Amino acid sequence: MQNSTKRPMSFYFLTAFFALFILFLYGPTLTIGILSFQGPSGGLTFPMNGVSLHWYYKLFEQQAVGDFGGSLTRSLLLALAVMVTTVVISLSAGMAFRKKFKGSGVLFYLTIVSLIIPSILISLGIGLLFNQVGIEPTWYGSAFGAHLTWTLPFGLLIMFAVFNRFDKSYEAAARDMCATPFQTLRYVVVPLILPSLVGVGLFGFTLSYDEFARTIMTSGSQNTLPLEIFGMTTNVTTPVLYALGTLTTFISFVVIVGTLFILHMLKRRRNRAAIGK
Amino acid sequence: MENAKSAYLQALPLFMIMLIFLVIPTIMIVIVSFWDYNAFSVIPDFIWDNYDFLLTSSVTWQAYAKTLFYAVTSWALTLLIGFTAAHYMAFHLRTTKSQTICFLLATVPFLTSNIIRMISWIPLLGRNGLVNQTLQAVGLTDHPLEFLLYSDFSVVLAFVHLYTLFMVVPIFNSMMRIDRKLVEAAIDAGATPWQVITQVIIPLSKSGITIGTIFVFTLVMGDFITVRLMSGGLSASVGLLIYNEISLLQYPAAAAGAVTLLATVLIMLAILFRFANIRKDL
Repeated sequence: MQNSTKRPMSFYFLTAFFALFILFLYGPTLTIGILSFQGPSGGLTFPMNGVSLHWYYKLFEQQAVGDFGGSLTRSLLLALAVMVTTVVISLSAGMAFRKKFKGSGVLFYLTIVSLIIPSILISLGIGLLFNQVGIEPTWYGSAFGAHLTWTLPFGLLIMFAVFNRFDKSYEAAARDMCATPFQTLRYVVVPLILPSLVGVGLFGFTLSYDEFARTIMTSGSQNTLPLEIFGMTTNVTTPVLYALGTLTTFISFVVIVGTLFILHMLKRRRNRAAIGK
Repeated sequence: MENAKSAYLQALPLFMIMLIFLVIPTIMIVIVSFWDYNAFSVIPDFIWDNYDFLLTSSVTWQAYAKTLFYAVTSWALTLLIGFTAAHYMAFHLRTTKSQTICFLLATVPFLTSNIIRMISWIPLLGRNGLVNQTLQAVGLTDHPLEFLLYSDFSVVLAFVHLYTLFMVVPIFNSMMRIDRKLVEAAIDAGATPWQVITQVIIPLSKSGITIGTIFVFTLVMGDFITVRLMSGGLSASVGLLIYNEISLLQYPAAAAGAVTLLATVLIMLAILFRFANIRKDL
Protein backbone atom coordinates (compact mmCIF):
# COMPACT_ATOMS: atom_id res chain seq x y z
CA MET A 1 0.00 0.00 0.00
CA GLN A 2 2.78 2.38 0.90
CA ASN A 3 4.57 1.83 -2.38
CA SER A 4 1.70 2.15 -4.80
CA THR A 5 2.21 5.37 -6.72
CA LYS A 6 -1.17 5.74 -8.41
CA ARG A 7 -3.73 7.36 -6.14
CA PRO A 8 -7.29 5.99 -6.19
CA MET A 9 -10.14 8.29 -7.14
CA SER A 10 -11.31 8.45 -3.52
CA PHE A 11 -8.07 10.19 -2.60
CA TYR A 12 -8.96 13.23 -4.69
CA PHE A 13 -12.48 13.39 -3.29
CA LEU A 14 -11.14 13.25 0.25
CA THR A 15 -8.47 15.86 -0.51
CA ALA A 16 -11.18 18.18 -1.78
CA PHE A 17 -13.25 17.43 1.31
CA PHE A 18 -10.34 18.19 3.61
CA ALA A 19 -9.55 21.42 1.73
CA LEU A 20 -13.19 22.50 2.18
CA PHE A 21 -12.96 21.64 5.86
CA ILE A 22 -9.89 23.86 6.23
CA LEU A 23 -11.66 26.63 4.32
CA PHE A 24 -14.64 26.21 6.66
CA LEU A 25 -12.30 26.58 9.66
CA TYR A 26 -10.40 29.63 8.43
CA GLY A 27 -12.75 31.36 5.98
CA PRO A 28 -14.90 33.29 8.46
CA THR A 29 -11.88 34.52 10.43
CA LEU A 30 -10.23 35.69 7.20
CA THR A 31 -13.46 37.47 6.25
CA ILE A 32 -13.53 39.60 9.39
CA GLY A 33 -9.79 40.13 8.94
CA ILE A 34 -10.49 41.72 5.58
CA LEU A 35 -13.53 43.66 6.82
CA SER A 36 -11.56 45.10 9.74
CA PHE A 37 -9.77 47.29 7.18
CA GLN A 38 -13.04 48.91 6.09
CA GLY A 39 -12.98 52.60 5.25
CA PRO A 40 -14.40 55.00 7.91
CA SER A 41 -17.87 54.86 6.31
CA GLY A 42 -17.87 51.07 5.87
CA GLY A 43 -20.31 48.72 7.57
CA LEU A 44 -20.37 45.21 9.01
CA THR A 45 -20.71 43.49 5.62
CA PHE A 46 -19.27 43.70 2.13
CA PRO A 47 -18.76 45.75 -0.01
CA MET A 48 -15.64 47.47 1.29
CA ASN A 49 -15.97 51.25 1.38
CA GLY A 50 -12.31 51.96 0.86
CA VAL A 51 -9.39 50.60 2.84
CA SER A 52 -8.13 52.13 6.07
CA LEU A 53 -6.78 51.54 9.54
CA HIS A 54 -9.61 53.70 10.90
CA TRP A 55 -11.14 50.95 13.10
CA TYR A 56 -7.80 50.03 14.58
CA TYR A 57 -7.27 53.66 15.64
CA LYS A 58 -10.77 53.61 17.11
CA LEU A 59 -9.83 50.56 19.13
CA PHE A 60 -7.30 52.53 21.13
CA GLU A 61 -9.63 55.42 21.90
CA GLN A 62 -10.82 54.91 25.44
CA GLN A 63 -14.48 55.85 24.95
CA ALA A 64 -15.09 53.81 21.80
CA VAL A 65 -14.78 50.32 23.25
CA GLY A 66 -14.36 50.65 26.98
CA ASP A 67 -11.15 49.55 28.62
CA PHE A 68 -9.44 47.67 25.79
CA GLY A 69 -5.83 48.27 26.90
CA GLY A 70 -6.49 47.32 30.51
CA SER A 71 -8.39 44.14 29.68
CA LEU A 72 -5.74 43.08 27.17
CA THR A 73 -2.98 43.59 29.76
CA ARG A 74 -4.93 41.62 32.38
CA SER A 75 -5.60 38.76 29.94
CA LEU A 76 -1.95 38.53 28.90
CA LEU A 77 -0.68 38.57 32.50
CA LEU A 78 -3.27 36.01 33.57
CA ALA A 79 -2.43 33.77 30.60
CA LEU A 80 1.28 33.92 31.48
CA ALA A 81 0.61 33.01 35.11
CA VAL A 82 -1.73 30.17 34.09
CA MET A 83 0.85 28.92 31.58
CA VAL A 84 3.69 28.69 34.11
CA THR A 85 1.46 27.14 36.79
CA THR A 86 -0.01 24.62 34.34
CA VAL A 87 3.44 23.45 33.21
CA VAL A 88 4.77 23.05 36.77
CA ILE A 89 1.69 21.35 38.26
CA SER A 90 1.14 19.08 35.23
CA LEU A 91 4.76 17.94 35.29
CA SER A 92 4.65 17.33 39.01
CA ALA A 93 1.35 15.42 38.85
CA GLY A 94 2.50 13.53 35.76
CA MET A 95 5.54 12.29 37.73
CA ALA A 96 3.28 11.28 40.62
CA PHE A 97 1.02 9.22 38.37
CA ARG A 98 4.01 7.13 37.21
CA LYS A 99 4.14 5.60 40.67
CA LYS A 100 1.31 3.74 42.32
CA PHE A 101 -0.31 5.77 45.06
CA LYS A 102 -3.56 5.45 46.92
CA GLY A 103 -6.19 7.80 45.57
CA SER A 104 -4.59 8.12 42.13
CA GLY A 105 -7.80 6.85 40.55
CA VAL A 106 -9.90 9.45 42.36
CA LEU A 107 -7.53 12.25 41.41
CA PHE A 108 -7.53 11.09 37.78
CA TYR A 109 -11.31 11.07 37.57
CA LEU A 110 -11.53 14.45 39.34
CA THR A 111 -9.28 15.88 36.65
CA ILE A 112 -11.44 14.35 33.89
CA VAL A 113 -14.57 15.75 35.57
CA SER A 114 -12.87 19.14 35.67
CA LEU A 115 -12.49 18.93 31.90
CA ILE A 116 -16.03 17.89 31.02
CA ILE A 117 -18.09 19.63 33.69
CA PRO A 118 -20.09 22.47 32.08
CA SER A 119 -17.98 25.61 32.46
CA ILE A 120 -20.89 27.61 33.82
CA LEU A 121 -20.90 25.36 36.90
CA ILE A 122 -17.28 26.22 37.63
CA SER A 123 -18.06 29.91 37.23
CA LEU A 124 -21.18 29.78 39.40
CA GLY A 125 -19.61 27.54 42.07
CA ILE A 126 -16.46 29.59 42.52
CA GLY A 127 -18.49 32.81 42.47
CA LEU A 128 -20.81 31.50 45.20
CA LEU A 129 -17.93 30.12 47.24
CA PHE A 130 -15.96 33.38 47.21
CA ASN A 131 -19.10 35.37 48.03
CA GLN A 132 -19.96 33.20 51.02
CA VAL A 133 -16.40 33.08 52.36
CA GLY A 134 -16.22 36.84 51.90
CA ILE A 135 -13.28 37.02 49.50
CA GLU A 136 -13.55 39.51 46.67
CA PRO A 137 -13.38 37.63 43.34
CA THR A 138 -10.49 38.94 41.22
CA TRP A 139 -9.04 38.06 37.83
CA TYR A 140 -5.71 37.11 39.44
CA GLY A 141 -7.35 35.08 42.23
CA SER A 142 -10.62 33.30 41.57
CA ALA A 143 -10.40 33.58 37.76
CA PHE A 144 -6.83 32.23 37.92
CA GLY A 145 -8.10 29.14 39.75
CA ALA A 146 -11.07 28.77 37.41
CA HIS A 147 -8.74 28.80 34.40
CA LEU A 148 -6.53 26.14 35.98
CA THR A 149 -9.53 23.77 36.20
CA TRP A 150 -9.66 24.04 32.39
CA THR A 151 -5.93 23.99 31.49
CA LEU A 152 -4.65 21.38 34.00
CA PRO A 153 -6.68 18.46 32.55
CA PHE A 154 -5.16 19.17 29.12
CA GLY A 155 -1.71 19.44 30.70
CA LEU A 156 -2.12 16.20 32.62
CA LEU A 157 -3.42 14.27 29.61
CA ILE A 158 -0.40 15.43 27.59
CA MET A 159 1.92 14.35 30.44
CA PHE A 160 0.22 10.93 30.50
CA ALA A 161 0.89 10.50 26.80
CA VAL A 162 4.51 11.62 27.30
CA PHE A 163 5.34 9.36 30.23
CA ASN A 164 3.66 6.36 28.59
CA ARG A 165 6.38 6.55 25.94
CA PHE A 166 9.21 7.55 28.30
CA ASP A 167 12.20 5.23 28.60
CA LYS A 168 12.90 4.74 32.30
CA SER A 169 16.44 3.51 31.73
CA TYR A 170 17.65 7.11 31.29
CA GLU A 171 16.68 7.86 34.87
CA ALA A 172 18.19 4.59 36.09
CA ALA A 173 21.45 5.52 34.39
CA ALA A 174 21.43 8.94 36.04
CA ARG A 175 20.81 7.36 39.44
CA ASP A 176 23.63 4.90 38.88
CA MET A 177 25.93 7.86 38.33
CA CYS A 178 24.85 9.16 41.75
CA ALA A 179 22.58 11.96 40.52
CA THR A 180 20.17 13.23 43.17
CA PRO A 181 16.45 13.03 42.30
CA PHE A 182 16.50 16.75 41.61
CA GLN A 183 19.53 16.45 39.33
CA THR A 184 17.85 13.58 37.47
CA LEU A 185 14.82 15.76 36.93
CA ARG A 186 16.76 18.88 36.01
CA TYR A 187 19.39 17.35 33.71
CA VAL A 188 17.71 14.20 32.35
CA VAL A 189 13.91 14.18 32.47
CA VAL A 190 13.14 17.84 31.74
CA PRO A 191 15.52 18.15 28.76
CA LEU A 192 14.10 14.94 27.27
CA ILE A 193 10.46 16.01 27.51
CA LEU A 194 11.07 19.73 26.95
CA PRO A 195 9.11 19.86 23.64
CA SER A 196 6.03 18.42 25.35
CA LEU A 197 6.38 20.89 28.22
CA VAL A 198 6.46 23.71 25.67
CA GLY A 199 3.26 22.22 24.21
CA VAL A 200 1.60 22.17 27.64
CA GLY A 201 2.65 25.80 28.06
CA LEU A 202 1.08 26.72 24.72
CA PHE A 203 -2.22 25.12 25.74
CA GLY A 204 -2.11 26.82 29.13
CA PHE A 205 -1.50 30.23 27.60
CA THR A 206 -3.97 30.17 24.73
CA LEU A 207 -6.80 28.43 26.61
CA SER A 208 -6.58 30.95 29.43
CA TYR A 209 -6.21 33.94 27.08
CA ASP A 210 -9.47 33.03 25.32
CA GLU A 211 -11.46 31.63 28.23
CA PHE A 212 -14.86 33.19 28.65
CA ALA A 213 -17.34 30.86 30.36
CA ARG A 214 -15.14 30.10 33.39
CA THR A 215 -14.26 33.79 33.82
CA ILE A 216 -17.74 35.26 33.77
CA MET A 217 -18.48 35.09 37.51
CA THR A 218 -14.93 34.82 38.73
CA SER A 219 -13.10 37.89 37.46
CA GLY A 220 -14.67 40.41 39.83
CA SER A 221 -15.08 44.03 38.81
CA GLN A 222 -12.28 44.11 36.24
CA ASN A 223 -12.86 42.52 32.85
CA THR A 224 -10.52 40.22 30.98
CA LEU A 225 -10.38 40.56 27.19
CA PRO A 226 -12.94 37.84 26.31
CA LEU A 227 -15.45 39.44 28.71
CA GLU A 228 -14.78 42.81 27.10
CA ILE A 229 -15.33 41.29 23.64
CA PHE A 230 -18.56 39.63 24.75
CA GLY A 231 -19.79 42.97 26.07
CA MET A 232 -18.99 44.55 22.72
CA THR A 233 -20.92 41.95 20.73
CA THR A 234 -24.14 43.23 22.26
CA ASN A 235 -23.61 46.96 21.87
CA VAL A 236 -21.04 47.63 19.14
CA THR A 237 -22.31 47.66 15.58
CA THR A 238 -19.26 48.96 13.73
CA PRO A 239 -16.24 47.19 12.24
CA VAL A 240 -14.30 48.12 15.40
CA LEU A 241 -15.54 44.72 16.60
CA TYR A 242 -13.76 43.08 13.68
CA ALA A 243 -10.60 45.07 14.37
CA LEU A 244 -10.60 43.80 17.94
CA GLY A 245 -11.32 40.23 16.79
CA THR A 246 -8.56 40.34 14.20
CA LEU A 247 -6.08 41.78 16.68
CA THR A 248 -6.77 39.20 19.36
CA THR A 249 -6.67 36.34 16.83
CA PHE A 250 -3.39 37.78 15.54
CA ILE A 251 -1.95 37.72 19.09
CA SER A 252 -2.97 34.05 19.43
CA PHE A 253 -1.33 33.30 16.09
CA VAL A 254 1.91 35.00 17.10
CA VAL A 255 1.98 32.90 20.28
CA ILE A 256 1.25 29.66 18.38
CA VAL A 257 3.74 30.29 15.58
CA GLY A 258 6.35 31.43 18.11
CA THR A 259 5.89 28.20 20.05
CA LEU A 260 6.09 26.06 16.92
CA PHE A 261 9.31 27.90 16.02
CA ILE A 262 10.78 27.16 19.46
CA LEU A 263 9.82 23.48 19.04
CA HIS A 264 11.45 23.43 15.63
CA MET A 265 14.68 24.91 17.02
CA LEU A 266 14.68 22.41 19.90
CA LYS A 267 14.36 19.56 17.42
CA ARG A 268 17.17 20.89 15.26
CA ARG A 269 19.46 21.35 18.24
CA ARG A 270 18.71 17.80 19.34
CA ASN A 271 19.40 16.42 15.87
CA ARG A 272 22.69 18.29 15.71
CA ALA A 273 23.66 16.97 19.14
CA ALA A 274 22.83 13.44 18.00
CA ILE A 275 25.00 13.79 14.89
CA GLY A 276 27.79 15.29 17.02
CA LYS A 277 27.95 12.07 18.96
CA MET B 1 7.62 3.77 51.04
CA GLU B 2 9.80 6.78 50.20
CA ASN B 3 8.39 6.51 46.68
CA ALA B 4 4.79 6.76 47.82
CA LYS B 5 5.56 9.80 49.93
CA SER B 6 7.12 11.67 47.04
CA ALA B 7 4.16 10.70 44.83
CA TYR B 8 1.78 12.32 47.32
CA LEU B 9 3.88 15.47 47.42
CA GLN B 10 3.98 15.63 43.63
CA ALA B 11 0.23 15.08 43.30
CA LEU B 12 -0.63 17.57 46.06
CA PRO B 13 -0.72 20.80 43.99
CA LEU B 14 -3.12 19.27 41.45
CA PHE B 15 -5.26 17.86 44.23
CA MET B 16 -5.43 21.21 46.04
CA ILE B 17 -6.50 23.05 42.87
CA MET B 18 -9.18 20.44 42.18
CA LEU B 19 -10.36 20.59 45.78
CA ILE B 20 -10.59 24.38 46.05
CA PHE B 21 -11.79 25.22 42.55
CA LEU B 22 -13.82 22.13 41.58
CA VAL B 23 -14.99 20.00 44.51
CA ILE B 24 -15.86 22.67 47.07
CA PRO B 25 -17.54 24.96 44.48
CA THR B 26 -19.65 22.02 43.28
CA ILE B 27 -20.70 21.21 46.87
CA MET B 28 -21.45 24.92 47.28
CA ILE B 29 -23.79 24.82 44.27
CA VAL B 30 -25.66 21.83 45.72
CA ILE B 31 -26.05 23.60 49.08
CA VAL B 32 -27.17 26.91 47.57
CA SER B 33 -29.71 25.13 45.36
CA PHE B 34 -31.75 24.56 48.55
CA TRP B 35 -31.54 28.17 49.68
CA ASP B 36 -34.19 30.83 49.45
CA TYR B 37 -33.76 34.23 47.83
CA ASN B 38 -35.47 37.56 47.31
CA ALA B 39 -34.72 40.51 45.04
CA PHE B 40 -31.76 41.62 47.14
CA SER B 41 -30.02 38.62 48.63
CA VAL B 42 -29.82 34.86 49.10
CA ILE B 43 -31.11 33.38 52.35
CA PRO B 44 -29.67 30.14 53.80
CA ASP B 45 -32.52 27.66 54.14
CA PHE B 46 -33.56 24.14 53.18
CA ILE B 47 -36.40 24.30 50.69
CA TRP B 48 -37.30 22.34 47.59
CA ASP B 49 -38.96 25.34 45.93
CA ASN B 50 -36.14 25.94 43.44
CA TYR B 51 -36.37 22.39 42.12
CA ASP B 52 -40.14 22.45 42.31
CA PHE B 53 -40.31 25.56 40.18
CA LEU B 54 -37.60 24.33 37.80
CA LEU B 55 -39.05 20.91 37.09
CA THR B 56 -42.66 22.05 36.71
CA SER B 57 -41.83 24.93 34.38
CA SER B 58 -42.47 24.29 30.69
CA VAL B 59 -39.59 26.67 29.89
CA THR B 60 -37.18 24.16 31.45
CA TRP B 61 -38.49 21.23 29.43
CA GLN B 62 -38.44 23.23 26.21
CA ALA B 63 -34.85 24.27 26.93
CA TYR B 64 -33.87 20.63 27.55
CA ALA B 65 -35.55 19.53 24.32
CA LYS B 66 -33.77 22.30 22.41
CA THR B 67 -30.41 21.56 24.00
CA LEU B 68 -30.73 17.84 23.25
CA PHE B 69 -31.62 18.68 19.67
CA TYR B 70 -28.49 20.85 19.37
CA ALA B 71 -26.38 18.14 21.02
CA VAL B 72 -27.56 15.30 18.79
CA THR B 73 -27.40 17.31 15.55
CA SER B 74 -23.97 18.74 16.34
CA TRP B 75 -22.75 15.31 17.41
CA ALA B 76 -23.84 13.64 14.17
CA LEU B 77 -22.29 16.35 12.00
CA THR B 78 -19.01 16.65 13.93
CA LEU B 79 -18.68 12.85 13.92
CA LEU B 80 -19.23 12.61 10.18
CA ILE B 81 -16.87 15.47 9.32
CA GLY B 82 -14.33 14.64 12.04
CA PHE B 83 -14.15 10.96 11.11
CA THR B 84 -13.70 11.75 7.42
CA ALA B 85 -10.98 14.34 8.12
CA ALA B 86 -9.15 12.03 10.54
CA HIS B 87 -9.42 9.13 8.11
CA TYR B 88 -7.94 11.27 5.36
CA MET B 89 -5.00 12.33 7.52
CA ALA B 90 -4.32 8.89 8.95
CA PHE B 91 -4.73 6.69 5.87
CA HIS B 92 -4.45 8.84 2.75
CA LEU B 93 -1.51 11.07 3.56
CA ARG B 94 1.72 9.18 3.08
CA THR B 95 4.38 11.26 4.80
CA THR B 96 4.61 12.21 8.45
CA LYS B 97 5.35 15.75 7.35
CA SER B 98 2.09 16.19 5.44
CA GLN B 99 0.21 14.57 8.33
CA THR B 100 1.80 17.00 10.79
CA ILE B 101 1.00 20.01 8.62
CA CYS B 102 -2.63 19.00 8.11
CA PHE B 103 -3.01 18.18 11.80
CA LEU B 104 -1.65 21.61 12.78
CA LEU B 105 -3.91 23.33 10.23
CA ALA B 106 -6.91 21.61 11.81
CA THR B 107 -5.77 22.32 15.40
CA VAL B 108 -4.67 25.97 15.33
CA PRO B 109 -8.20 27.50 15.25
CA PHE B 110 -8.95 25.68 18.51
CA LEU B 111 -6.33 27.87 20.16
CA THR B 112 -7.97 31.12 19.07
CA SER B 113 -10.95 32.92 20.56
CA ASN B 114 -14.29 31.07 20.36
CA ILE B 115 -16.32 34.26 20.58
CA ILE B 116 -14.46 35.82 17.68
CA ARG B 117 -14.94 32.65 15.64
CA MET B 118 -18.69 32.92 16.23
CA ILE B 119 -18.84 36.61 15.37
CA SER B 120 -16.96 35.98 12.16
CA TRP B 121 -20.04 34.25 10.72
CA ILE B 122 -22.05 37.49 10.84
CA PRO B 123 -20.63 39.08 7.65
CA LEU B 124 -21.17 35.75 5.86
CA LEU B 125 -24.66 34.76 6.99
CA GLY B 126 -26.37 38.08 7.72
CA ARG B 127 -29.26 39.53 5.75
CA ASN B 128 -26.82 41.43 3.55
CA GLY B 129 -24.06 38.91 4.08
CA LEU B 130 -21.79 37.31 1.55
CA VAL B 131 -23.88 34.15 1.19
CA ASN B 132 -27.10 36.05 0.51
CA GLN B 133 -25.31 38.46 -1.85
CA THR B 134 -23.91 35.53 -3.79
CA LEU B 135 -27.19 33.60 -3.91
CA GLN B 136 -29.02 36.68 -5.19
CA ALA B 137 -26.32 37.52 -7.72
CA VAL B 138 -26.43 33.98 -9.12
CA GLY B 139 -30.21 34.21 -9.15
CA LEU B 140 -30.94 31.24 -6.88
CA THR B 141 -33.20 33.40 -4.75
CA ASP B 142 -34.70 36.87 -5.20
CA HIS B 143 -34.94 37.80 -1.54
CA PRO B 144 -32.38 37.30 1.25
CA LEU B 145 -32.68 34.05 3.18
CA GLU B 146 -33.52 34.86 6.78
CA PHE B 147 -32.81 31.48 8.33
CA LEU B 148 -29.05 31.71 7.84
CA LEU B 149 -28.31 33.84 10.88
CA TYR B 150 -29.96 33.94 14.32
CA SER B 151 -31.61 30.56 13.91
CA ASP B 152 -31.10 26.93 14.85
CA PHE B 153 -29.14 26.60 11.64
CA SER B 154 -26.52 29.15 12.68
CA VAL B 155 -26.32 27.71 16.21
CA VAL B 156 -25.57 24.20 14.93
CA LEU B 157 -23.21 25.59 12.30
CA ALA B 158 -21.24 27.39 15.01
CA PHE B 159 -21.09 24.25 17.18
CA VAL B 160 -19.78 22.22 14.25
CA HIS B 161 -17.29 24.99 13.46
CA LEU B 162 -16.03 25.17 17.05
CA TYR B 163 -16.08 21.53 18.12
CA THR B 164 -15.28 19.28 15.13
CA LEU B 165 -11.68 19.40 16.31
CA PHE B 166 -12.69 17.52 19.47
CA MET B 167 -13.67 14.64 17.18
CA VAL B 168 -10.70 14.92 14.83
CA VAL B 169 -7.95 14.66 17.46
CA PRO B 170 -9.06 11.57 19.43
CA ILE B 171 -10.22 9.69 16.30
CA PHE B 172 -6.95 10.51 14.50
CA ASN B 173 -5.07 9.34 17.60
CA SER B 174 -6.93 6.01 17.58
CA MET B 175 -6.45 5.54 13.85
CA MET B 176 -2.70 6.11 14.05
CA ARG B 177 -2.45 3.12 16.39
CA ILE B 178 -4.21 0.75 14.02
CA ASP B 179 -1.71 -1.78 12.69
CA ARG B 180 -1.57 -1.18 8.93
CA LYS B 181 -1.16 -4.91 8.41
CA LEU B 182 -4.77 -5.38 9.50
CA VAL B 183 -5.94 -3.11 6.71
CA GLU B 184 -3.76 -4.94 4.20
CA ALA B 185 -5.00 -8.29 5.43
CA ALA B 186 -8.60 -7.15 5.00
CA ILE B 187 -7.86 -6.03 1.44
CA ASP B 188 -6.09 -9.32 0.69
CA ALA B 189 -9.09 -11.18 2.03
CA GLY B 190 -11.19 -9.39 -0.56
CA ALA B 191 -12.77 -6.60 1.48
CA THR B 192 -14.08 -3.62 -0.44
CA PRO B 193 -12.84 -0.15 0.67
CA TRP B 194 -16.21 0.38 2.35
CA GLN B 195 -15.93 -2.93 4.23
CA VAL B 196 -12.42 -1.96 5.37
CA ILE B 197 -13.88 1.19 6.91
CA THR B 198 -16.95 -0.37 8.52
CA GLN B 199 -15.44 -3.67 9.65
CA VAL B 200 -11.84 -2.78 10.48
CA ILE B 201 -11.31 0.94 10.97
CA ILE B 202 -14.53 1.94 12.75
CA PRO B 203 -14.37 -0.85 15.37
CA LEU B 204 -10.70 -0.08 16.05
CA SER B 205 -11.38 3.68 16.31
CA LYS B 206 -14.22 3.14 18.76
CA SER B 207 -12.42 4.62 21.75
CA GLY B 208 -11.49 7.76 19.82
CA ILE B 209 -15.06 8.12 18.62
CA THR B 210 -16.33 7.73 22.19
CA ILE B 211 -13.92 10.31 23.59
CA GLY B 212 -14.89 12.76 20.84
CA THR B 213 -18.56 12.07 21.54
CA ILE B 214 -18.08 12.77 25.25
CA PHE B 215 -16.41 16.10 24.43
CA VAL B 216 -19.01 17.28 21.93
CA PHE B 217 -21.98 16.22 24.06
CA THR B 218 -20.74 17.81 27.27
CA LEU B 219 -19.60 21.01 25.54
CA VAL B 220 -22.94 21.49 23.77
CA MET B 221 -25.05 20.49 26.79
CA GLY B 222 -23.37 23.11 29.00
CA ASP B 223 -23.08 25.85 26.40
CA PHE B 224 -24.75 29.21 26.80
CA ILE B 225 -22.66 31.68 24.84
CA THR B 226 -22.94 30.05 21.41
CA VAL B 227 -26.71 29.76 21.74
CA ARG B 228 -26.94 33.33 23.01
CA LEU B 229 -24.82 34.85 20.21
CA MET B 230 -25.83 32.67 17.27
CA SER B 231 -29.57 32.50 17.96
CA GLY B 232 -29.65 36.24 18.63
CA GLY B 233 -31.48 35.54 21.89
CA LEU B 234 -34.29 33.75 20.05
CA SER B 235 -33.82 30.34 21.61
CA ALA B 236 -32.80 29.16 25.05
CA SER B 237 -30.56 26.29 26.05
CA VAL B 238 -30.27 24.88 29.56
CA GLY B 239 -26.98 26.72 30.09
CA LEU B 240 -28.49 29.97 28.89
CA LEU B 241 -31.34 29.70 31.41
CA ILE B 242 -28.75 29.30 34.18
CA TYR B 243 -26.75 32.23 32.80
CA ASN B 244 -29.86 34.44 32.73
CA GLU B 245 -30.65 33.58 36.34
CA ILE B 246 -27.09 34.44 37.31
CA SER B 247 -27.46 37.82 35.58
CA LEU B 248 -30.62 38.42 37.64
CA LEU B 249 -28.71 37.43 40.81
CA GLN B 250 -31.15 34.55 41.41
CA TYR B 251 -28.32 32.31 42.53
CA PRO B 252 -30.38 29.55 44.24
CA ALA B 253 -32.50 29.13 41.10
CA ALA B 254 -29.34 29.07 38.96
CA ALA B 255 -27.80 26.53 41.35
CA ALA B 256 -30.82 24.22 41.09
CA GLY B 257 -30.60 24.46 37.29
CA ALA B 258 -26.88 23.71 37.46
CA VAL B 259 -27.37 20.63 39.67
CA THR B 260 -30.01 19.31 37.29
CA LEU B 261 -27.75 19.95 34.30
CA LEU B 262 -24.84 18.21 36.02
CA ALA B 263 -27.00 15.19 36.81
CA THR B 264 -28.15 15.00 33.19
CA VAL B 265 -24.58 15.20 31.87
CA LEU B 266 -23.37 12.58 34.38
CA ILE B 267 -26.09 10.15 33.32
CA MET B 268 -25.10 10.61 29.68
CA LEU B 269 -21.44 10.06 30.59
CA ALA B 270 -22.25 6.92 32.55
CA ILE B 271 -23.80 5.54 29.39
CA LEU B 272 -20.94 6.70 27.16
CA PHE B 273 -18.16 5.46 29.45
CA ARG B 274 -19.44 1.93 28.95
CA PHE B 275 -18.05 2.18 25.42
CA ALA B 276 -14.48 3.17 26.28
CA ASN B 277 -11.80 2.90 28.90
CA ILE B 278 -10.26 6.36 28.77
CA ARG B 279 -7.30 5.61 30.97
CA LYS B 280 -6.28 2.59 28.95
CA ASP B 281 -6.42 4.53 25.71
CA LEU B 282 -3.98 7.29 26.58
